[in-house]
Amino acid sequence: MNAILSGLLLGGFYAAVSIGVAISFGMLDIVNIAHPAFILLGSYAAFIGNSVFGLDPILSAVIALPAFYLLGMAVYQVYYVAFERRDDQSLRGLSFFFGLMFITEVGLVMIFGVDYRLVQAPYLGEKITLGPVELPFRLLVPFVVSIVMVGGLQIFLSKSFLGRAIQAVAQDQLALRLMAANPIRIKRIAFGLSIATAALGGAVLIIIQPVEPSIGREYIGRIFAICVLGGLGSFSGMVIAAVTLGVVETLTATLFGPSWSPAVSFGVLLITLAVRPNGILGR
Amino acid sequence: MRALPFVLALVVAAFAIFGAGRAIGNSYAFFLGYVVVQYIVLGTAWNILGGYTGYVNFGVTAFFAIGAYSTVALYKLVPAMPLPVMVLIGGAIAGVVGLGTGYLTLRLRGVFFSIATLALAVVVQTLITNWDFVGGARGAYVLRPKMAPLMGGEYVQYLCVIMLGLCVIVLATARAIERSSLGYGFAAIRDDEAAAEAAGVPTLRLKLIATTLSGGFMGMAGAPLPYYVTYLDPTSGFNLNYAVNAIAMPLIGGTSSWLGPVVGAVLVGGLQEVLRVTISSAANVLVAGVLMVAFVILAPQGIVGLFKGKRR
Repeated sequence: MNAILSGLLLGGFYAAVSIGVAISFGMLDIVNIAHPAFILLGSYAAFIGNSVFGLDPILSAVIALPAFYLLGMAVYQVYYVAFERRDDQSLRGLSFFFGLMFITEVGLVMIFGVDYRLVQAPYLGEKITLGPVELPFRLLVPFVVSIVMVGGLQIFLSKSFLGRAIQAVAQDQLALRLMAANPIRIKRIAFGLSIATAALGGAVLIIIQPVEPSIGREYIGRIFAICVLGGLGSFSGMVIAAVTLGVVETLTATLFGPSWSPAVSFGVLLITLAVRPNGILGR
Repeated sequence: MRALPFVLALVVAAFAIFGAGRAIGNSYAFFLGYVVVQYIVLGTAWNILGGYTGYVNFGVTAFFAIGAYSTVALYKLVPAMPLPVMVLIGGAIAGVVGLGTGYLTLRLRGVFFSIATLALAVVVQTLITNWDFVGGARGAYVLRPKMAPLMGGEYVQYLCVIMLGLCVIVLATARAIERSSLGYGFAAIRDDEAAAEAAGVPTLRLKLIATTLSGGFMGMAGAPLPYYVTYLDPTSGFNLNYAVNAIAMPLIGGTSSWLGPVVGAVLVGGLQEVLRVTISSAANVLVAGVLMVAFVILAPQGIVGLFKGKRR
């Protein structure tokens, strides 16, 4: 019972780290495999805010948001000029992100070393007890943050003009251009947003577990398993998939031991690709 | 050059390199030579799939480590087994894993294959970490014999000879593919897969051949590793450096011909060794990543492409 519940909460957190890829891969068709590296960058930003300035990790992430947004726009600009315009996304574009991921990881190792880092906040040790059920704040806070973030983005994408334009850019760039909107600008903004979510995703990651530079790799499989299982371009599918994976992983960890849980996401990914590549709520 | 003279030239080159190593008479030369030649094999193996068909395999470490760990397992089962046999078995297992991964994901868009290989690396690492027979998370020791069999001298010389032999085989294979109908089929897949499929190219079968060959050679490149390092644990066997180097070297050298990975491996491998000795080991791993990003942005055809462009 507690395992299923913490799996649910973990799933909420997985939604927070996956939403950036749901935007970049699902809507913009940019396969940003470096996303976990940006999430770790967010974790370390929260770590610096927390340990140097004594700020709350979530607050530090909110402060770092604009910087991540600009970073994302810059990365997209390079990607567009070097690969998308030359129509060379598959081989060299993927290698570009792979290189970024590696450089970020090695850079973090050089600055922070390979020790595990964690954040402090007064509420993190607390928990709510409801009868037989325990809700630790360490899992509850990330869950709430990610639900707020996913919900906010969903409203932004479906209600505002810019949000609708972002959804349109995935479907028909020409039509968008005919409506006097510049698809490159829209994609730059959307990619900036997707990297900005990594700031918050990183902050909730370092709340849930101590962080060292190479754990990003474990999240590549998870994030893409979630996005593919949920169906590309569908937020609600992504949330369902994230929660499913969270529950399955927690159950696996309880039944077979935690060292097996990284294998779950790969199994889910392979089965989805083999059986239903469109995902549960895919178009 | 026809195929046979090319192979003979490669063999002569391999003998010359080995002879030069013996003439220097310093075992450091062999340790360095082993690493560079290993990267030529890895880079060429990656290029058979990545450069020729355009499908990016990020799971180099998975195949490489499958080769290495099959040697560890065989060493524990049959300690007297000669290393070349272990290399063949390791390559065969890695090839089968490549075939299986390809079979499940290659019918979809190329990026799904790439993502699956990224995840494959994590999963194989999880499996090995949980497999106590080959040392699990603690790692395994492999005793390196003092003397090389058949030829005398230190054992690292023997490892070098095996790696050079592999290098000759993989380069000859890569060049033969380039000049055969197989290579034209691969190139058709890379340039426009839908058109190739429509023109009657059996794309799935060709892609599976490429994945199997590529994975198998990566496994072979990894098989002698336990004897080289003598202590192997999952963190070092699955080090991301292997993947980054194996991808960076063909991209830096040029992906369109067999020469590219060789140029890339010699340049980057040599540069890394210089940096490792002079500056620090962190700088030497960073250089491959930085060079790779710089080359894919600024010189997408690689070094070989730059020279070809000038001649034209």
